[in-house]
Amino acid sequence: MIREITIGQYYPADSFIHRLDPRVKIVCTLLFLISLFVQNSLPGYVVATLFLAFVIRASKVPFKFIVRGLKAIILLLMFTVVMNLFLTKGGAVLVRVWIFQITEAGLRISVFMAVRLIYLIIGSSLMTLTTTPNALTDGIESLLRPLDKLHVPVHEVAMIMSIALRFIPILLEETDKIMKAQIARGADLESGNILQRAKAMVPILVPLFVSAFRRANDLALAMEARCYFGGEGRTKMKPLAYGRRDYMAYFAVMSYVAVAFAAGRFLPFHVWIF
Amino acid sequence: MEMIRARELVYEYEQRDDEGNVVGMNRALDEVGLDVRQGQFVAILGHNGSGKSTLAKHMNAILVPSGGTMWVNGRDTRDSGELVNVRRSAGMVFQNPDNQIIGTVVEEDVGFGPENLGVPTGEIWRRVEDGLRAVGMIEYRAHSPNKLSGGQKQRVAIAGVLAMEPECIVLDEPTAMLDPVGRKEVLRTVQELRKRKNVTVILITHYMEEAIDADAIYVMEGGRVVMQGTPREIFGRVDELKRYRLDVPQVTMLAEELRRRGLDVPCGILRREELVEAICRLS
Amino acid sequence: MSIKLEHVNYVYGAGTAYEKQALRDVSLEIPQGQFVGIIGHTGSGKSTLIQHLNGLVKADSGAVYFNRENIYVDGYDMKGLRGQVGLVFQYPEYQLFEEDVLSDVCFGPKNQGLPKEECEKRAREALELVGFPEKYYHQSPFELSGGQKRRAAIAGVLAMKPKVLVLDEPTAGLDPAGRDDILDQVKYLHDQTGMTVVLVSHSMEDVARYVQRIIVMNKGEKMLDGTPKEVFAHYKELEAVGLAAPQVTYVMHDLKARGIRVETMVTTVEEAAAEILRVLKA
Repeated sequence: MIREITIGQYYPADSFIHRLDPRVKIVCTLLFLISLFVQNSLPGYVVATLFLAFVIRASKVPFKFIVRGLKAIILLLMFTVVMNLFLTKGGAVLVRVWIFQITEAGLRISVFMAVRLIYLIIGSSLMTLTTTPNALTDGIESLLRPLDKLHVPVHEVAMIMSIALRFIPILLEETDKIMKAQIARGADLESGNILQRAKAMVPILVPLFVSAFRRANDLALAMEARCYFGGEGRTKMKPLAYGRRDYMAYFAVMSYVAVAFAAGRFLPFHVWIF
Repeated sequence: MEMIRARELVYEYEQRDDEGNVVGMNRALDEVGLDVRQGQFVAILGHNGSGKSTLAKHMNAILVPSGGTMWVNGRDTRDSGELVNVRRSAGMVFQNPDNQIIGTVVEEDVGFGPENLGVPTGEIWRRVEDGLRAVGMIEYRAHSPNKLSGGQKQRVAIAGVLAMEPECIVLDEPTAMLDPVGRKEVLRTVQELRKRKNVTVILITHYMEEAIDADAIYVMEGGRVVMQGTPREIFGRVDELKRYRLDVPQVTMLAEELRRRGLDVPCGILRREELVEAICRLS
Repeated sequence: MSIKLEHVNYVYGAGTAYEKQALRDVSLEIPQGQFVGIIGHTGSGKSTLIQHLNGLVKADSGAVYFNRENIYVDGYDMKGLRGQVGLVFQYPEYQLFEEDVLSDVCFGPKNQGLPKEECEKRAREALELVGFPEKYYHQSPFELSGGQKRRAAIAGVLAMKPKVLVLDEPTAGLDPAGRDDILDQVKYLHDQTGMTVVLVSHSMEDVARYVQRIIVMNKGEKMLDGTPKEVFAHYKELEAVGLAAPQVTYVMHDLKARGIRVETMVTTVEEAAAEILRVLKA
């Protein structure tokens, strides 16, 4: 059920990508995502596909595992495809059913939108799959450090994120348990209209919140007991430092962006999507 | 040297009604006295709500006394300037294995304490490795805590405390939520630590079997220390223990039952071998 | 009202990295009125097994019969089954949610579609059966002590008037007196109502004292099944899988090894004391 979601999950392996500095991965992922949005030509996407395939290969994360992460967005994906397919007008009409029609432009755009969405998800899940949540928050903390001067509580926000990541699987499991317990007491969670279903969630949500607060309380005590007094004066077990491979990664991504851009612009056989 | 010392320790908290008005005071600890020397293993027994966890929280300055004094490694826990020293000296392991692991990777969790103390990076790594080795969890260093068993999680929590290099470890019902395998695992770990590192151990528990190796036992009831002595002395007083809603190991119970029925076995038998020996002598 | 499992197999997390055969070819029958203990350590399949008894988990293959009816046939009344086979989960107090204890206990009967008065009547009966003090009926369940919370939660299942009561480690996290109180109460329930009770536990001492039959689970398989004496006679095999017989059983074996001719089929303190005295006086 809910446990099948792989977005945000870490896949332990020892690869070039795994060993990169989290800041590199965050910045590069952002660059990749932006490049997808800026690109709208077929050659540009061919380059993006090659690049993505290369990174997946280098990450040593099984392709199957990555694909499974797409399950979570399948509804969104279908929605996007259907909307684009029927609502985009332009070019020759291919199919006509009742008041709906599929045009050539509609087909083209829906396919490319689907590809774009899938690449977006794969790109960002590659980051989370190869970076421990802690490293990720460390990276975000470090990248956002300049905001400290504007009195943004960067350390606290990062700590909250990392704790949330630690407890999400625990709370999911707990939800599962509470649901089972209430079903065993005859609770009906599946039938009825929206209002009835919302009401049926009360016996799940109340215990879940109570439990979450209890855990938060316990955790706060445990952190205090281990001498946590906020970010000040803390050292890091895994301080972030750029190494050679990190510069190599920056160079590779920059090269990709340049090549993709050039391919989209200058190749004679380009096909514009829009 | 005195590791933990309490004199006339009192802890009171306000009792409030539904609107939040103070309607009275609850006394969770009532003139508790406690002496634990460096290197000792002391067990604190008592049923749920007897005040034993409240006492434990005083050893780490999570709670500070309303009356009387608690010294940890010679420092008064009410002195806020000593807070870091107190908490570093007396590391604490809690009951729920899930709710005390902060890191999403085992080794990062163990490093959390040293990070807070401002220990330099290289030194953190050394301590994390030492800590994980001491509890036999080094091969799990890169694992997610979510996939570990309860006993393994508690061992990670112990390693997290060890990495702060404490003189004393306070374990607040560390086995209450574990199965028998996990319980044994945690106790074995604690015993080994005592042998190899000579740390002071204070074990709060309601499993009597866990206390038979203790140097001293304190029994709590209603916020007071009601019994105090060696395991042999304490477990010899079966009726009294039962009155405090506690139990004795099955072997002790059997010895007591035999004595009650007129058999001449010694008082306060703790182990199987002792009982078997005593019965063989009679036949 | 017997429950029967035939060649039940269940794989947990099929197709993922954490795939695990939770149950392997389990067959067993529990007749009406029996007090059964299920023993095994974490991951032995005992929790999965009991979730098959009320259809919360569906077997991948094999069949489950309640009252000789296959519960996997189309249109089987699962909700009705869950009223007949009451399942109390581990740490059941974490499912309490209502504003006061009485309404929480009413949740089960209310789901069964009973009128309000009947729900309350049943709730009161159930609370009485578990020895829950009446003065707390209208208190918030979150303000009770650990032991009382657990009683209230067990009452929440009993209020559905099940024929079979399944308890998953009902004493977990309680102190010794709390453990004895709950188990004594369960025994009382069994004696009073004649319902079938299935008690999941990892404490041999507890189980030996109360149940008529023990089922030992190991790695998803049924390893032993018999009376406590029969099962504990296999104490060497139990040890090999990380379980153990009660301490007194070992004392008897030790005595026998030292040449004292005691009967070793002993599982409780009372039996052991009587047996030792019998031999020494002879």
